[in-house]
Amino acid sequence: MRRPPGRGITDLVERLLTVAEVYAPVERDQSVVFDRIESAREAAIDRGPAALSPKNLVFPRCEMLLSSSTRGDESGRAPDPGPGGPRVLFGVRPCDARAIALLDRILGGGEKTDSYYIRRRESLVVISIGCTESLETCFCETTGGGPRSTEGSDILLEDLGDRCEASIITEKGVWLAGQIGLEHDPAGARTPRGPAPPAGPAADLAELKKRLDRSFEDQCWRDIALKCIGCGVCTFLCPACHCFDVIDEETAGVRVRSRIWDSCQFPAFTEQASGYNPRPSAAERFRQRVMHKFSYCIERYGMPGCVGCGRCVSRCPVNLDIRTVTASFLGDGGEP
Amino acid sequence: MEASAIVRTVRERAAELLASGRVDLVIGFEQGSMPMRAAPCFVSDADGTDRLVWNSFCGVNLARFLRGRHGRIAVVAKACDTRALVELIKENQLCRTDMVVIGVPCAGMVDSAAVEEITGHAGITGVEEADGRLLLTAGGSPVSLPREDVLCRSCRRCSTRNPVICDIAVGERAPEPEIPGFLDVDQFAALPSEERRTRIEAEMKRCIRCNACRNVCPMCYCVRCFADDAFPQWVGRGGDPGSVMSFHLVRALHLAGRCVECGACERACPTGVDLGILNRRMSADVYRHFGYRPGMAPEIPSPLSTFSPGDPEDFMLEPDRGRSCGCGG
Repeated sequence: MRRPPGRGITDLVERLLTVAEVYAPVERDQSVVFDRIESAREAAIDRGPAALSPKNLVFPRCEMLLSSSTRGDESGRAPDPGPGGPRVLFGVRPCDARAIALLDRILGGGEKTDSYYIRRRESLVVISIGCTESLETCFCETTGGGPRSTEGSDILLEDLGDRCEASIITEKGVWLAGQIGLEHDPAGARTPRGPAPPAGPAADLAELKKRLDRSFEDQCWRDIALKCIGCGVCTFLCPACHCFDVIDEETAGVRVRSRIWDSCQFPAFTEQASGYNPRPSAAERFRQRVMHKFSYCIERYGMPGCVGCGRCVSRCPVNLDIRTVTASFLGDGGEP
Repeated sequence: MEASAIVRTVRERAAELLASGRVDLVIGFEQGSMPMRAAPCFVSDADGTDRLVWNSFCGVNLARFLRGRHGRIAVVAKACDTRALVELIKENQLCRTDMVVIGVPCAGMVDSAAVEEITGHAGITGVEEADGRLLLTAGGSPVSLPREDVLCRSCRRCSTRNPVICDIAVGERAPEPEIPGFLDVDQFAALPSEERRTRIEAEMKRCIRCNACRNVCPMCYCVRCFADDAFPQWVGRGGDPGSVMSFHLVRALHLAGRCVECGACERACPTGVDLGILNRRMSADVYRHFGYRPGMAPEIPSPLSTFSPGDPEDFMLEPDRGRSCGCGG
């Protein structure tokens, strides 16, 4: 049974609230989502993993890119200036933090950076809490992470009840810790409150990638995707999925260009103006999802595009479990 | 009949159908990848029918999977699946003679999220069913829950427990509940309009436009959904709350007189949007105006796709004008 957060955690949140906007898991309409909090009481740290990932904070579901007026005057709305002061994303699980590390590599690093992403990301400090339990759907260790992975976190906390130990990981973490008088514990996150839970078997990701690459033309994708209904639950709940579309809409004389989440599971994702679709069925579309996560992302960004948070496993309407799919490629054929 | 006996019979009948060549494919449920999950499965070989299961988690409406497939298909169907089949046959989407319905009585499906809520999100590692109770292993400890307490929202107001069309009946008929009427609809309609608006807007705000409700729906089969059309774009795809509302309102209207109230949309929704607020109102209106409940009788035509010269025209603003010029407008 889940325990409420210790005094150490709530004290820390109170201190954070004096120096920054704080976003934490909160309960809204019987489910847990990330939103801004005004007091430590609102943080629903003990209510299980958030239904929606925190990626909305750095990559909103709908984000205005620019706007203009159809009347030829200056009445068009100016682009959203983005966040002002520092924001703290508090209480994420290490898997969600790791997904932000992936988004950083894709949208915030390399030769081409995404200014809209960077604007939101630069002001964000990520504080994760090491997991002391795993759910049926957790498989972070299968994807190379772990319940105390530090990737993507600026500070990793260990909830020890009346106090919490902190591993301060980045420069940003050092800055924020200085603001609130949080000290780095040299043993931080190494004296866990509970034993590290098992979260999926470790998988040979290199071997998985090799086998996936060989399977591109394989008939097995047709069988795997038979039950797929082609909705966007898996991709929209995924903390690491980052595909988008750009749309123009007009309301009351103001044209707005926005970027919105898109999903490789939607037929329109690859439909061309001629009507031709290079991914005509669920088989090709589901293959793309698995390939992108366990082959292309590893190739381009050095880490898989899946962090094992388990949201897609938990919420897929037809129980198309990505763990079963990857396990089937690794040869044991059965449950992961 | 015990659940295990139902499973055994389903497997036997499915194997016979495949072995005799009467069907090419059986669509049913198999055990999912973890407890409290059953997944649609497609069996084309008599040896594969051991995969088939039947339990309280077979919530997906399998009628959704028949369209567009060649050959003869057997489907393991609960009442609401058969209601959708009936409507799809009426709409000429499926051919009755090409399908074999293995009908299973249903006592309502269990909402796994409700179970997780009650068990405090402790990991559920096992689930069994006996005497109307769920016997769970939650966080390593045994927990027993009455099924009635954790039924899906749509199953609580279900009026039809037994298959409407059936070729092979499995299990004993379930007692039909008293038709519950539309109390929920009337209660909602009695609220002040501002409160109704607030409630609906709060539901719509949770929508992330993943299309799970539409894609899982057996009655949503348009080759090109209005929501996907770009030329013209009927409904916006951005963050405007009006666009989200439009999507759901138009969808509800498209389903008027066709929605079989299986609740598959609500179960599929990852954010728990109460789509019943809209769809139930449509069902109530269709029932009250036409005495029609979708999917209940293969021989009764759908009221909204039927024209009769004797139809009442009292909704017309100038009824006499229509009659005098004979043009209907």
